[in-house]
Amino acid sequence: MHGTHRIVSKTQLSEEVFRIEVEAPLVARERKAGQFVIVMYDEEYSERIPLTIADADPVRGTVTLIFQTVGASTHKLALKNPGDEIVLLGPLGNPTHIERFGWAVCVGGGIGLAPLYPIAKAMKEAGNRVTVISGARTKDLLIMQKELVAIADEHIVVTDDGSFGRKALVTEPLKELCMQSPPPDIVVTIGPPIMMKFCAETTRPFGVKTLASLNTIMLDGTGMCGGCRVAIGDQTKFVCVDGPEFDAHLVDWNGMMMRLGTYKEIEKEAHDRCHLEMQIAKLEAHAADKESAK
Amino acid sequence: MSHKEDFTMDNAELELAKLRAAPITPKIRLQIPPQDMPAQDPAARRSNMEEVALGYTPAQAMLEAERCLQCKNAPCISGCPVRIDIPGFIGKIKEGDFLGASKIIKKTNLLPSICGRVCPQETQCQAPCTVGKALGGVEKAVQIGRLERFVADYERAQGAMEMPHVAPPTGRKVAIVGAGPAGLTCAVDVRREGHEVTIFEAFHKPGGVMVYGIPEFRLPKVLVQSEAEVLECMGVDFELNFLVGRTRPLRALMSEDGYDAVFIGTGAGLPKFMNIPGENYVGVFSANEYLTRANLLKAYMRGMAGTPIYPSRRVAVLGGGNVAMDSARMALRLGAEEVRVLYRRTREEMPARAEEVAHAMEEGIIFDFLKSPTRVLGDDRGRVAALEVLSYELGEPDESGRRRPVPIRGSEQIIPFDTVIVAIGNESNPLISHTTPELQVDKHGHILVDEKQKTSIERVYAGGDIVLGAATVILAMGEGRRAAQAINEILQ
Repeated sequence: MHGTHRIVSKTQLSEEVFRIEVEAPLVARERKAGQFVIVMYDEEYSERIPLTIADADPVRGTVTLIFQTVGASTHKLALKNPGDEIVLLGPLGNPTHIERFGWAVCVGGGIGLAPLYPIAKAMKEAGNRVTVISGARTKDLLIMQKELVAIADEHIVVTDDGSFGRKALVTEPLKELCMQSPPPDIVVTIGPPIMMKFCAETTRPFGVKTLASLNTIMLDGTGMCGGCRVAIGDQTKFVCVDGPEFDAHLVDWNGMMMRLGTYKEIEKEAHDRCHLEMQIAKLEAHAADKESAK
Repeated sequence: MSHKEDFTMDNAELELAKLRAAPITPKIRLQIPPQDMPAQDPAARRSNMEEVALGYTPAQAMLEAERCLQCKNAPCISGCPVRIDIPGFIGKIKEGDFLGASKIIKKTNLLPSICGRVCPQETQCQAPCTVGKALGGVEKAVQIGRLERFVADYERAQGAMEMPHVAPPTGRKVAIVGAGPAGLTCAVDVRREGHEVTIFEAFHKPGGVMVYGIPEFRLPKVLVQSEAEVLECMGVDFELNFLVGRTRPLRALMSEDGYDAVFIGTGAGLPKFMNIPGENYVGVFSANEYLTRANLLKAYMRGMAGTPIYPSRRVAVLGGGNVAMDSARMALRLGAEEVRVLYRRTREEMPARAEEVAHAMEEGIIFDFLKSPTRVLGDDRGRVAALEVLSYELGEPDESGRRRPVPIRGSEQIIPFDTVIVAIGNESNPLISHTTPELQVDKHGHILVDEKQKTSIERVYAGGDIVLGAATVILAMGEGRRAAQAINEILQ
């Protein structure tokens, strides 16, 4: 039986953000902008973790995943090293609908900048004028900047704390762009749900078509569990097979955020426990080092 | 029930010896009571994951086998979707030749330890049983399922698992999509003929519904695993974490990867919901999600498993099938204080296996018959707080022959719950049909097949829930087998 994939390289981009490159030739060949994968750090006890694909190299046969250690499972994934095998299933979800819209504004926040890159790149390749708005809490969390700069016609950077670029939320420059005449033909937004919600609210009065890529609770990712359901207008849709991208003006953001919080307390407990374990491991390693130094 | 009678091995041995002291006439056979299967004590089992039913002892099996009249016309066989020679294997049990019995079963059913546990025997082989008919009730029929299970477990315990014979390589390749009951059965039958077989499975473990859906306490996972190992020993290749349609287009398997035929057994799809207000509140789960968390992802092993399970105290399960029973009993084992099954009809109409309903009742699951929710009420944090429930009465029979439940006006009541598990079936899985537009499906998205399970695409076959809608393990196996036969014919 086979089906696990080898980690080829791992880079720590900031305290909480990791980039891993995984050998998965078929996924690298098939994936398109907007799609995601599900990974597991082991085959017995791991949670199934949906992650967006930041990049892929069909020649080397690898996909690049960028993730933030937000809970116990992502911490355990971050402990994996090159040479280790992980479970990886994909590519999942529908690819982003790419066409020559004219002017495309791509808005990414935090870890959402990773999956924003292939979409922005595809938009550029389709002949669009591409404006990228990169946002993060602080400078350290701004990722994929080199890549985004390389393909964007215009690149606007904002941070919450002003440590880099403008001290603003992404919605500020987004609103300014919408006020231009003519306004953007399409806006694509990926990031924390609250950011995407406010992007939707920003573009709504201008009638600018806005797509959001949702990352909901999900088990199989193939249309079986129904955990990823979200209200889109008056319909219930499944992110894994109907999405992950939806008309941001129709998404029931509050409902979606509520559902994302289903396991909040349990997850917090697991996260705390995980940090404690990591700290103990560090202390033990430190003590062992001291011991061997003697 | 068995746990109360405490049917010990000695008892059965004694009975058997007494019985066999004189020639056994059909009349005497009809006087032997159906042998109950020992089970874990309900009070103990409601807080563990171990298997509930414990299986017959050899003496109990032989005593039960003596009840069989060995009818010449064998009506039981016509009730079995895979046509097991039932009188044949029961005859071997009578002789005490359990491995011989196993050989007979395995001629037509490679997964008897699973079928013996999960088949709805009371509507299949046991329904037309002459003994049951003579005694005026299907529950008094020869307990064929329990005997099948006994034989399979005996073979395993002896370490005598026999590997099916594999013919010399033919150079032909067959792709099986989905490692559930349909796919595994099809794989075995195709592999036997010497064709190369690869099974593509989206999950990280083979077994399909037998690992993600049916709980450990009803079907131990080690059984499914060992069946998959038999396939591996036969030379069947498993490609896990591989989603045909996404990881690789279905067409490419044949046009580029050299597969001569494909069998699609992708199983159940999107869970159905009630379409009532409030169904997206936190705490409403599809049975698929709830059971997958608990089974495949081992959420019951708190502290070990990375997958969380919702902490529930008062659980409502909606539906009356096996999946509803599994969900209810799982919720109880995960610590719920009260679990109620809400079903629109009555116990008689419930599609669940009789044994599962009985086990659930013994464990303290409460059944609210003739009730169905009209909306989910949430608290200010968007979490389930209660259900508004409407009462029904039974009216005239509908097209399914079951009496149609008619709502009683003004009977709404509010019942507090913190968790709702929806177990009312599945739609079809849209993935393969969406990514393979030339594959014809019906208006529900189920793949259209002919009498040989062939789809609208040459050399592509399909079977199981993706064709039937929500059905059973054994029906899926039957379809897998029929498809294998057709595939073997075209590859000759």
